[in-house]
Amino acid sequence: MATDTLHHGAVAEPHEHHDAAGTKVFGFWVYLMSDLVIFGSLFATYAVLMKGTAGGPTAADIFELPFVLVETFLLLVSSFTFGMGVLAMNANRINQVKAWLAVTFLLGAAFVGMEVYEFQHLIHQGYGPDRSAFLSSFFTLVGTHGLHVTFGLIWILVMLVQLSTKGLNDMTRPRILCLSLFWHFLDIVWICVFSFVYLMGVL
Amino acid sequence: MFGKLSLEAIPYHEPIIMVVAAFMAIGGIALVGALTYYRKWGWLWNEWFTSVDHKKLGIMYFIVALVMLLRGFADAIMMRTQLAMAAGGAAGYLPPEHYDQIFTAHGVIMIFFVAMPMVIGLMNLVVPLQIGARDVAFPFLNNLSFWLFAAAAILVNISLVVGEFAKTGWLAYAPLSGIEFSPGVGVDYWIWALQISGVGTTLTGINFFVTILKMRTKGMTLFRMPIFTWTSLCANILIIASFPILTATVALLTLDRYLGMHFFTNDFGGNMMMYVNLIWAWGHPEVYILILPAFGVFSEVISTFARKRLFGYMTMVWATIAITLLSFIVWLHHFFTMGAGANVNAFFGIMTMIIAIPTGVKVFNWLFTIYRGSLELTSPVLWTLGFIITFTLGGMTGVMLAVPAANFVLHNSLFVIAHFHNVIIGGVVFGMMAGLTFWFPKAFGFTLSEKWGKRSFWCWFIGFYVAFMPLYVLAFFGAVRRMQSYANPEWQPWMILAWVGAVIIMMGIACTIIQFWVSIRDRQQNADVTGDPWDGRTLEWSTSSPAPFYNFARLPEVGDIDSFWSQKQRSNEQLEDAPYTDIHMPRNTVAGPVISLFALVLGFALVWHIWWLAAVGLIGVMASFIARVFNDDVDYYVPAADVERIERKHQLEREQQLGMEAQA
Amino acid sequence: MQRHSLWRRRGTLVLLALCLFLAGCSSALLDPKGQIGVEQRSLILTSFGLMLIVVIPVIAMTLLFGWRYRRNNPLAKYLPDWAHSNAIEAVIWVVPCAIIAVLALLTWKTSHSLDPHKPLESDVAAMEIQAVALDWKWLFIYPEQGIASVNEVAFPVDTPVRFRVSSGSVMNAFFIPHLGSQIYAMAGMDNDVHLIADEIGSYPGRSTNYSGAGFSGMTFEAKVTSPADFDAWVEGVRSAPETLSYPERYETLAEPSEFHPVEYFSAVSPTLYESILTSFHTGGGHGGHSDAIGDAHENHVYENHVEPGELESAHANDHATAPSHETNHHASGEHALRSHPTNVEAGG
Repeated sequence: MATDTLHHGAVAEPHEHHDAAGTKVFGFWVYLMSDLVIFGSLFATYAVLMKGTAGGPTAADIFELPFVLVETFLLLVSSFTFGMGVLAMNANRINQVKAWLAVTFLLGAAFVGMEVYEFQHLIHQGYGPDRSAFLSSFFTLVGTHGLHVTFGLIWILVMLVQLSTKGLNDMTRPRILCLSLFWHFLDIVWICVFSFVYLMGVL
Repeated sequence: MFGKLSLEAIPYHEPIIMVVAAFMAIGGIALVGALTYYRKWGWLWNEWFTSVDHKKLGIMYFIVALVMLLRGFADAIMMRTQLAMAAGGAAGYLPPEHYDQIFTAHGVIMIFFVAMPMVIGLMNLVVPLQIGARDVAFPFLNNLSFWLFAAAAILVNISLVVGEFAKTGWLAYAPLSGIEFSPGVGVDYWIWALQISGVGTTLTGINFFVTILKMRTKGMTLFRMPIFTWTSLCANILIIASFPILTATVALLTLDRYLGMHFFTNDFGGNMMMYVNLIWAWGHPEVYILILPAFGVFSEVISTFARKRLFGYMTMVWATIAITLLSFIVWLHHFFTMGAGANVNAFFGIMTMIIAIPTGVKVFNWLFTIYRGSLELTSPVLWTLGFIITFTLGGMTGVMLAVPAANFVLHNSLFVIAHFHNVIIGGVVFGMMAGLTFWFPKAFGFTLSEKWGKRSFWCWFIGFYVAFMPLYVLAFFGAVRRMQSYANPEWQPWMILAWVGAVIIMMGIACTIIQFWVSIRDRQQNADVTGDPWDGRTLEWSTSSPAPFYNFARLPEVGDIDSFWSQKQRSNEQLEDAPYTDIHMPRNTVAGPVISLFALVLGFALVWHIWWLAAVGLIGVMASFIARVFNDDVDYYVPAADVERIERKHQLEREQQLGMEAQA
Repeated sequence: MQRHSLWRRRGTLVLLALCLFLAGCSSALLDPKGQIGVEQRSLILTSFGLMLIVVIPVIAMTLLFGWRYRRNNPLAKYLPDWAHSNAIEAVIWVVPCAIIAVLALLTWKTSHSLDPHKPLESDVAAMEIQAVALDWKWLFIYPEQGIASVNEVAFPVDTPVRFRVSSGSVMNAFFIPHLGSQIYAMAGMDNDVHLIADEIGSYPGRSTNYSGAGFSGMTFEAKVTSPADFDAWVEGVRSAPETLSYPERYETLAEPSEFHPVEYFSAVSPTLYESILTSFHTGGGHGGHSDAIGDAHENHVYENHVEPGELESAHANDHATAPSHETNHHASGEHALRSHPTNVEAGG
């Protein structure tokens, strides 16, 4: 059966026509809530283990706040640029959408790059995740967030390709909306990481 | 090249495993041969494996669950045989390495690969029909969930013949499950099987939560939903909120084992108590994920066969919601003996008992549904009555265990084993058997043999008491769980009695198999031509049996609880002759099976540390997912003319059948 | 105390029924030999009795309703739309609530009165025995007497005993069914349970928490003796040839073994128990770090805090530096459950 039958939608019974895009975005929300439970578990784990330094370094010994502050600003700005992208989408300006997504990608990639550098630096100093329970939980919490951002970057790339090949349509619009939810969600999680792990660790 | 994997990983020296493997191989070859001979591969692939039809996925969940039930039960009977033999210094026939794998596999298989797929399978089969939907909210994800589950089941079965399974108990308490004390691949099989199936389960939870909230037909408000849909909704909320905890916990154990981290190790600041807390923060909601849908089944069965409205619908709903919320604040009762303070223990003990209140209310509601009803003693009703008696006893022993000071002598004893089999067999298994019998005609178009169904029930019912009452007794002698042998010969008669009970249960399973055989053989006589064999009350009985792939030719409207029943009361004739319309349906997908195949490869490679293969698996998963995202041809319209043709044909068949019956 | 006797009276009937059921067998939990066990027995029977108030009517109603309202019974009333009754709803909520309220009260009281950490009241001074779960045997250390034993523990009758419980390996649980409460044994954690025996005899004890291949054999004998016999037992242990030094002899003992025979040690290192505890509180002798032991495990559950003992240079479980533990108990490689990992190097 060809895809052009899709346009017969008008004859379908009105109450049968569920709001497909709305359902998708709602489903993605629910997914984010379940993801939040994962982060919640990791935060709880960190709270329990942060004193388990086993003679190794403590939080105050290893965190460099200025560095993390730059990371934080990168991510915050990227949330802003993504918001601009969604506004552009609502105004049907596809080139602007692509441009804002590209900027977001660069900011996100810089964030991940800095995080990888931080991790590599710690491991090089002998403070890898296998040094103590505190470091295990730190690397895992921050690393899980970083992994999410990395998936977000891949997703942005996919969307850039789809915007170029398919344009803005009923398939790509909800995906951009879901991706924006995902990106803002990661921003909020990072703010928790920043205040709970870095700030409280140093203060 | 092959990581830790070598030919030595295959346990040639274990005759039991080799015989089992041989049988599995013969069965597999026979199946593959038959499919090839009858040229059924294309049919299987196009009609089943790639199907996004929730009814077919439900059936496939059940088939896998029943196969895994045989495996899990084989483990059970081997354990009982070992314990019937290994008294007073005798070693029995299973050495600890083997016995320890068996009790671990038994628990893991029965919970994750039997009970869960049965519950999820039933939800798949029934929920969209009950809410008057054409399919679930995300049909592709539904297919993917099933295949991830199937991949995990395959991984568990691979562990039987390649390597070993975990020797840690089903929850793999750290630090025993850490790399220091379990260096083999057994725990890794456990980890990856749980992670793969856990992702599938979480997706199912999200899918059905959204389906129930967003896809209900016109007029079906939340408080007009059938009780099974309500309990499924609550079970899915529990899945969404608790399965991520399992994912996180198992991931932390993975990091301990693979990257030398120290979450749960004895030293370097690790904390094993955190593992126990986290795993039960998932584990306790998990038992309610299993039991709530079973409660829903009993509600449907009892009101249908008593031909009476369910007593106290609102009470039932609020009791379900109360149980859902409370299930998150009781987890500590699984380890009162860890040594927390008296206040903490008392709090969790009392919270646990409070759950008994809404549960007790539900039991009374079922009883008062029978009261002033007209109860037909069919096999689903027998399962239900057996459930009420058995589950109430299980609830009683549960409350006894919830008293911390009593728990100090009952914990880890066979009392605990008897208790949870009391609620899981009496609740979940009986519920799933009732649900299977009840909705079987909706899936296949003919009813199951009542005679063999009742025989199966009596075997299970009697077998349960013979098998597990001795365990309560043994607990009072000081017998504990997971022991492979025991010194006191006075325990042996009770152990032998328990073995007899297990054999009776085995006969029950055999009756179920015979039931399938007999029912398929006699399917013409047992055909359900009306689509409503039990004089049902809810929407799934308003469509034909088996339900057409689009579920309803015209979407129903609902104005009441038990809407279909009241509609039947009002008039017996077909009122609507409105024209048929085009129906929007999702297309089948190859992405689900393909992604899951790569996930299986990934899991196997990670178990054996074959890193290049793991990379292949991971890239495969991501690439096939992205490929799916680029496929826009995911749905289509069934033209109104086709719908009309299918409906006409069905009506004709029904009239012919009724005519034949009238002549006979 | 009066309350206790009340429970006992109520429980007597049930007890009689159970005794008939269990006739001819010795039941550890229904025939306890110590105060804690006796109170727990009456608690179990009381909660059992309270629950029967609901359970018996439910079973009776199930059978009665199921039979009376069967379809082919023309005498029974059939009201297909009858689905609500305020009176019935009230009763089915109130009765379970009332029973649970009573049980909750009982739970609150007994959780405190039978708290395993609570010292027992007695005219006799309490003694301390330290129990350490090893793979797969129990090490009992007598700090006052300076002796130790394996898989056998003796103490005088009518004397409160504080068992301090820990583990040198995975999680276990210390349990003497005849005497009452069990408690988890966890590495690096100082748990305790207070027990007392009121009858001379020999009672089986065991680990109840599965701990690996040798778990079934992880049993011990608890000898409850007269004070004189206890002194004699201590003297007997003191004359044993072996002594238990830390870490050397302890490490040999800690190696995995199944169905370990009873062993006596005439002398032990003075801070043996503390040394075992603190050996888990550091990162080990790993990578040349000499870690401050004061950085103890943050233990959120227990009030008891381990006072760091003397700094020990070697650590019991430091498998990274200890030689591979291949023992005679393990005939084949399959058995070498406890050999240290080959693929993971804890590195800093």
